[in-house]
Amino acid sequence: MSTRPIATTRSATGIPTGKLAVWWVVVSEIVIFGGLLASYIMHRLGHPEWAGYASHTNAWFGGVNTFVLLTSSLSAVLAHHAAENGDGKKAARWLWGTCLGGATFIGIKAVEWTIEIQQGYTITSNGFWQFYYTVAGLHAMHVIAGCVIMLIIANDARKQLELQRVELIGIYWHFVDIVWIFLFPLLYIAK
Amino acid sequence: MVVAKRGAARVGDDPLNGLDMAEVGSITVDTHEAPHHEQSFWSKWVFPTDHKMIAMQYMFTGIAMALIGGYMSYAFRMQLAFPGQSVPGYGMVSQGEYNALVTNHGTIMIFWVAMPMLIAAFGNFLIPLMIGADDMVFPRINRLSYQIFLISAIVLVASFFVPGGGFGGGWTAYPPLSANSAYNLTPYGASFWLVAVALEFIAFLLGGINFITTLMNSRAPGMKMYDIPMVLWMIVIASILFMASVGPLIAGAVMLFMDQVVGTAFFDPSRGGDPILWQHLFWFFGHPEVYVVLLPAMGMVADVMCTFSRKKLFNYKLILFTVFATGIISFFVWAHHQFIAGIDPRMANLFTVTTLIISVPVGEMLFLYIATLYGGSIQLTTPMLWALAFIAEFLIGGVTGIFLGASGADIYFHDTYFVLAHFHYTFFPIAIIGFYTGITFWFPKMFGKMMNETLGKIHFWGTIIAFNCIFIPLFILGAAGQHRRIYNFQNFPDLAGMQDLRIFATGALLVMLVFQVVFLVNFVMSLLKGKPAGKNPWRANTLEWTTDSPPPHGNWPEGLPNCYRGPYEYSVPGREDDYWPQNLPPDTAPAE
Amino acid sequence: MAEHEEHTGHGQAHYVRIWGILLILLLISVLGPLLAPHIEDAAAGAGAHFLKGWMIVILTAFGIALYKAYLVAANFMHLNIEKRYISYLLGTMLMLMLLFFAGVSPDVMKHQGQNWDNVAADAEVSRALKAQESDSHGGEHHDGAEH
Repeated sequence: MSTRPIATTRSATGIPTGKLAVWWVVVSEIVIFGGLLASYIMHRLGHPEWAGYASHTNAWFGGVNTFVLLTSSLSAVLAHHAAENGDGKKAARWLWGTCLGGATFIGIKAVEWTIEIQQGYTITSNGFWQFYYTVAGLHAMHVIAGCVIMLIIANDARKQLELQRVELIGIYWHFVDIVWIFLFPLLYIAK
Repeated sequence: MVVAKRGAARVGDDPLNGLDMAEVGSITVDTHEAPHHEQSFWSKWVFPTDHKMIAMQYMFTGIAMALIGGYMSYAFRMQLAFPGQSVPGYGMVSQGEYNALVTNHGTIMIFWVAMPMLIAAFGNFLIPLMIGADDMVFPRINRLSYQIFLISAIVLVASFFVPGGGFGGGWTAYPPLSANSAYNLTPYGASFWLVAVALEFIAFLLGGINFITTLMNSRAPGMKMYDIPMVLWMIVIASILFMASVGPLIAGAVMLFMDQVVGTAFFDPSRGGDPILWQHLFWFFGHPEVYVVLLPAMGMVADVMCTFSRKKLFNYKLILFTVFATGIISFFVWAHHQFIAGIDPRMANLFTVTTLIISVPVGEMLFLYIATLYGGSIQLTTPMLWALAFIAEFLIGGVTGIFLGASGADIYFHDTYFVLAHFHYTFFPIAIIGFYTGITFWFPKMFGKMMNETLGKIHFWGTIIAFNCIFIPLFILGAAGQHRRIYNFQNFPDLAGMQDLRIFATGALLVMLVFQVVFLVNFVMSLLKGKPAGKNPWRANTLEWTTDSPPPHGNWPEGLPNCYRGPYEYSVPGREDDYWPQNLPPDTAPAE
Repeated sequence: MAEHEEHTGHGQAHYVRIWGILLILLLISVLGPLLAPHIEDAAAGAGAHFLKGWMIVILTAFGIALYKAYLVAANFMHLNIEKRYISYLLGTMLMLMLLFFAGVSPDVMKHQGQNWDNVAADAEVSRALKAQESDSHGGEHHDGAEH
């Protein structure tokens, strides 16, 4: 902390450097998920038989997970709100709640995938399932990475350090939530 | 509820640029000079966060990889010139090895030479110095990006030593060849290659975020948008282009990896996949990528040209907006790499039009560069020679691209040596000439010593003449129908008779490689015994020349500079000096 | 942060309100495709033959997804008070994805075009549809090897 360069504290744009950087991270992630999803949609629209394959996903699992992520987004923004008011302990608590949401999401997904694999729908079953596991898997990796970073930031926040980072991990987390908001109809609903 | 306001904080003399302390949260603001702290051996040389040291790490890794990539070109060109004979210093080149050599030569030169040297090394070194900052905004992420990059280089080199050897499916890695080890015969090599490329992408995404954020936010007080040196604009725009285009390829790499390792069928037509999807994913990135490497080279050429013609850049704003236009159009041309791959011919029409259109802004930039030279007081130093050579050689590359951009002509030219000569006439100016332009110009700043001009000129002429002698024969061979990625042309009766051209090209390559020794000798000798450079041996305007050579940790220990004017105020009428550094306050009398 | 006009509790209420709207939208987006066939029939009965099931699915599942994403982006990511060019930047990336889709789908989504036919894809589609048809008469059981 004592070796933070002066460069980091400057802001010719008016946006703090950390937040600007997170927006650029979101930019790069949009095109990663966008490329994967665009490829999925092309195949899905070109392969009418995938509708039949997709009918075996469970919209209730997906819906519950959507609820979990939306709620965790709420706790993330409430953490930001607390950090804005300078309350690091409360921000940390809200962040832990968000992490709990992320962990719940992963847990539900683990159960869901176990059931689907046991029913014989594996990643190599057919075109639909390979996209399903790949894109949801990439998303899940982002959820896990987000949780890890969130715990580190929550730990700092609890000690009233680096409160501005609460907003930053929140922005990342909301992005992960938005990706799922699109994954849910693409993978679960459109049948 | 958070109340923040739209509208920019004005750039002023306040290092916080108008931001309220409270607004920036609990960031500790250090308005005094950068804190000095003793650096241990490990934190200075092995795990540095200092941007200059990280730049050196990228540069020397890039040079090492260039030696490997150059060695590969030596081996496969010897095989082409003298088929079936053992290559001195390598041994026999088998067919599989030939494929691995050309594949990895291309991959290494683009991802582990051009990008690290032009963007990562010069970007890291120059950005903080030219904007008057003490470091990048995220030094530890900067360090992490190099570490990931180093791991990616190690993974790639490791791929040559795994069972089956290195991947040989072309740097474009088209499936099903790249997806199925029954076809490519390099089960481990293919995956190592893919993982290495993916790690390199992540390293450059991280690095790019640092560059963009630093340039946007951390400029010296008074440095407005149009006061930024062109080389920095170019490096940052290149980082943005990279960031916006690499996503689909990362998605594709994940899919290809799944195909290779898990057995999915994303790209396997016999199981419902589509190989053309990979091509599109690859080239959607692959075309902007060439502009990602082009722009930094053009930026360096611009700065060098202005310094050694003692003239301002001709219409800075027009060049900048042309670069924006080029960057945007570069996203609309990608399928010209796929004209005969089986894409819909109606799409080919579209991409022909956009490809021909993009030659206009690029050509315009070359004209603007030439206009910069016109009427200038030209000093033919070594960096200036390299900059001029860039314009001449890239012109040939660009013009031959027009043949290829017309889909009708491309039916003949695609996958011939004509393409290969075209892209070497673009990539070589970018990666090699661009690098030499930058290193000969900024060596004094980086190392505090001057390079030897005589050796520099010998190296220059030997390289340039030899370079043209390698690739002009390849245009001729390509036009005669010689196909790429072929191990031995003696098997082609119509082409076997042109072996003399192949031998000539290979001979020229040997000459060119020998001349690079001159550079290495110059580099080392100058490091050890070069004339001390002083702060500003070239009498240039930009901020990096206002501090010591090499700059100390923190760059300006006595206080970061302010910026009062643009970077190209050379030969300003009424001033005694023919240059006007950016950091001199307006009311000073003309110096010296 | 420099000045907040509202008391902490009120600030929180705004976010909770948005969350509530999101949940309602989620419910609609799940119910919409479920009820789509019934709505289509009801509409056809009432004379509105243009209203197809898939339109309802698109409107509810995807239209709502877009709106939910907008709500999260604007209110939780605070894009509604962020500098406008950030939104433009993100929007440009989305446009690039549309560009990607537009440039690639003629080759990957469509299986025939001007003088070409994607024979492998056509074969896969017809094989799979046939297999599904026969499956729907018998029992359905897919294992790893079955496509």
